[in-house]
Amino acid sequence: MTQFKLNAEELEQAFQNRIDDEQKIEPKDWMPEAYRKNLIRQMSQHAHSEVIGMQPEGNWISRAPTLRRKMILLAKVQDEGGHGLYLYSATETLGITREELVEALQNGTAKYASIFNYPSLTWADIGTIGWLVDGAAIVNQISLQRTSYGPYARAMVRICKEESFHQRQGFESLVVLANGSAEQKAMAQDALNRWWWPSLMMFGPHDAESAHSAQSMKWKIKRKSNDELRQAFVDQTIPQIEFLGLKVPDDDLKWNEERGHYDFGAIDWDEFLRVVSGKGMCNKQRVEHHKKVHDDGAWVREAMRAYKVKTLDRNRMKEAS
Amino acid sequence: MNTSVNTPLYEVFVRSKRGLDHKHVGSLHAEDAEQALEYARDCYTRRSEGVSIWVVKSGDITCSQEEDAASFYDPMEDKPYRHATHYVLPENIKNM
Ligand SMILES: [Fe+2]
Ligand SMILES: [Fe+2]
Ligand SMILES: [Fe+2]
Repeated sequence: MTQFKLNAEELEQAFQNRIDDEQKIEPKDWMPEAYRKNLIRQMSQHAHSEVIGMQPEGNWISRAPTLRRKMILLAKVQDEGGHGLYLYSATETLGITREELVEALQNGTAKYASIFNYPSLTWADIGTIGWLVDGAAIVNQISLQRTSYGPYARAMVRICKEESFHQRQGFESLVVLANGSAEQKAMAQDALNRWWWPSLMMFGPHDAESAHSAQSMKWKIKRKSNDELRQAFVDQTIPQIEFLGLKVPDDDLKWNEERGHYDFGAIDWDEFLRVVSGKGMCNKQRVEHHKKVHDDGAWVREAMRAYKVKTLDRNRMKEAS
Repeated sequence: MNTSVNTPLYEVFVRSKRGLDHKHVGSLHAEDAEQALEYARDCYTRRSEGVSIWVVKSGDITCSQEEDAASFYDPMEDKPYRHATHYVLPENIKNM
């Protein structure tokens, strides 16, 4: 274990100075227990989101309309699994095991992005998820490339490099639908209607109501507030919706010349809380599926372990003889 | 007895600056990890090249072989759709 020469107060001061100075915190550095806990919560929640997020899209791999779309979707979902891995590994540098993290997901103590508790009903949902949901995630992840914890920041850099393909393929797929038959266009509009508000909710509660925000900003775990990120997402997405010729499902949406931003309507936070607290359409299904796949794979892990033990025994016998 | 043949080889990785990954810089012989760390400090960071050093026994590193390149990397070559540049954006769409 690392030995530190300063007392608790000096350590805390040195830690904050380092953060104020825009230096990264690395795994073997001293850090306040609350910083570690806060990071484990946020990073594991992020990791769980990548993994659970594979389900609504995986739902359409076998039913993609062309071979090209199928290959693209397969590649995207594969990336998301990889993102989960980067983030779990980075979280493990904080002194928690993968087993504990997975257990917390499965017993409901850890959360994941609640948008994945909505069902993917039509093919247009798949394009919309890539375009809007990954689009919203990217806005958040770009700002997290500057987060204060080194392994998290580096994981974000790797992830952001891969994400832009996710958003573009989704948008491209929607361009096709929006310029297709009347039915295709209606399907695209219906998907936008269902995914628009949950996408805005992805940025979390308003700054005034956000439980973890102030401390996270001081520690530079978060670099931009929920409301700033949400506004950036709205501003960049509206022109894309206009290009598609679709309608934003928000009558209060309008350009505010004075602010230089779009104003948008009130978010239904009751709905958000309902889904976060487990009463969304797919919460139960998502976690049940995760458990099932995890349990179904247990024999593989057991077989690998048994093989390892056998090999060790054999080598020991060889050495002894 | 010639002991030098048995002195294990260590690979040295240096983090040049907080926030960056450790990068392989070279290797050295040492009796144990502690000693390898001190040697590494003396050999590889005499001009403040780093803020943190990792040493790993060379024997503990498992690596892919160049001859295996085909089975490792060839399947990636026909998947241009994994790159963002594969998707042509309309001219007036920015920020994607
Ligand atoms: Fe993500
Ligand atoms: Fe991702
Ligand atoms: Fe993604």
